[in-house]
Amino acid sequence: MTVFTCILLGFLIICAVAASLSRNLLNTILIFMSYSLVMSVIWILLESPDLAITEAAVGAGVTTVLFLVTLKKIHAIMKEDQDE
Amino acid sequence: MSRKVPQEEYEKTVSYRLKRWLEGTKDPFLNTVEMRPQKEFEEDEQTVRAREKDRKRNAEKVYDLERNAEIRIFRKVYRVFSVLFCVFLVMMLLTAVSWLPAVGEADRPVNNEVSKRYIENGLQETGAVNIVTGMILDYRAFDTLGESHVLFVATCTVLILLRLDGKKDPERFDANDRLHEPKNDVILQTVAKILVPPIFIFGIYIILAGHLGPGGGFSGGAVIGAGLILYLNAFGFAKTERFFTAKTYRRTSFCALACYSLCKSYSFFTGANHIESVIPLGKPGAILSSGLILILNICVGIVVAGTMYTFYVMFRKGEY
Repeated sequence: MTVFTCILLGFLIICAVAASLSRNLLNTILIFMSYSLVMSVIWILLESPDLAITEAAVGAGVTTVLFLVTLKKIHAIMKEDQDE
Repeated sequence: MSRKVPQEEYEKTVSYRLKRWLEGTKDPFLNTVEMRPQKEFEEDEQTVRAREKDRKRNAEKVYDLERNAEIRIFRKVYRVFSVLFCVFLVMMLLTAVSWLPAVGEADRPVNNEVSKRYIENGLQETGAVNIVTGMILDYRAFDTLGESHVLFVATCTVLILLRLDGKKDPERFDANDRLHEPKNDVILQTVAKILVPPIFIFGIYIILAGHLGPGGGFSGGAVIGAGLILYLNAFGFAKTERFFTAKTYRRTSFCALACYSLCKSYSFFTGANHIESVIPLGKPGAILSSGLILILNICVGIVVAGTMYTFYVMFRKGEY
């Protein structure tokens, strides 16, 4: 169990660094979403399923969707289509 | 309608004016304050030329990085000071952490009688099998009330910032941002058809079983809100507005917050005055148990679900 937790914690750190270093905003949001998902698994391992449900619904679900809508509003996603 | 006072006399009274003012039919500034219609800002050619000259001069003198010594010095100093500030902050926080009591020490401030009491007497005093819910919605219900109001205020702020007033114009790009997307996506609709009912039922289960197992109002409400967003994405605004509009949100969240406040003020009043509460705690483990916690969970769930959905609609469209 501890090995699994360590792998997840390392993944968390990698995600946090990658999210801040990524140049593409869409990639940043997806990395952020995976961060939340891993975090919710860690909450379950820490025996707090209440927080795990909330983290999965709010962090991985609603926040990501709001970020994506904002990106679409500022036309950050449609950039690649225009290049073609 | 029979009135003791005729209409003309009634219109002169203070109560009539108060009524009109409350209903908003009378503008208090009309005919008392001089009002000018707003003019659209127009600039003539001279100011445009002057502005462009200004901009050109700025670009040549200020932003010319090779010849502007001030900016070069400022950038170097800025870099040095930012690093120094970060180091200072890290040192300060590390020093603060090193002064904290060690983990597992017996005289830590965490090891006081409060947590002991929550664990030992929580089930008898709140009737909730899930101690966390018992703490959040019974011992510390005042905090949760504040949290719900924070959510409500956040929604109000989003409404103020993102809401588009004015006539509905279907041709505008913002109002109908699905114009350039495939409508009626078959994959999305099929998935939504299968997934949305279980998501709703799971959310309702989390809310209703909040005092029996993991879950509670906030997480259940967030799950229901996510389900609503999925449904909206699959089937569009026309279908969701049949059952969820701005009016629905206003009324449900107002009722939920008012119900929460009333229930909790009753329990605070009886608790602070050592009066016996008439609400039975019930048998622990039953769905209808633990007093007010079930009602409070439902209220929080309604507020959170509406808030999540409203956030999304405001970001997408700016109006209901």
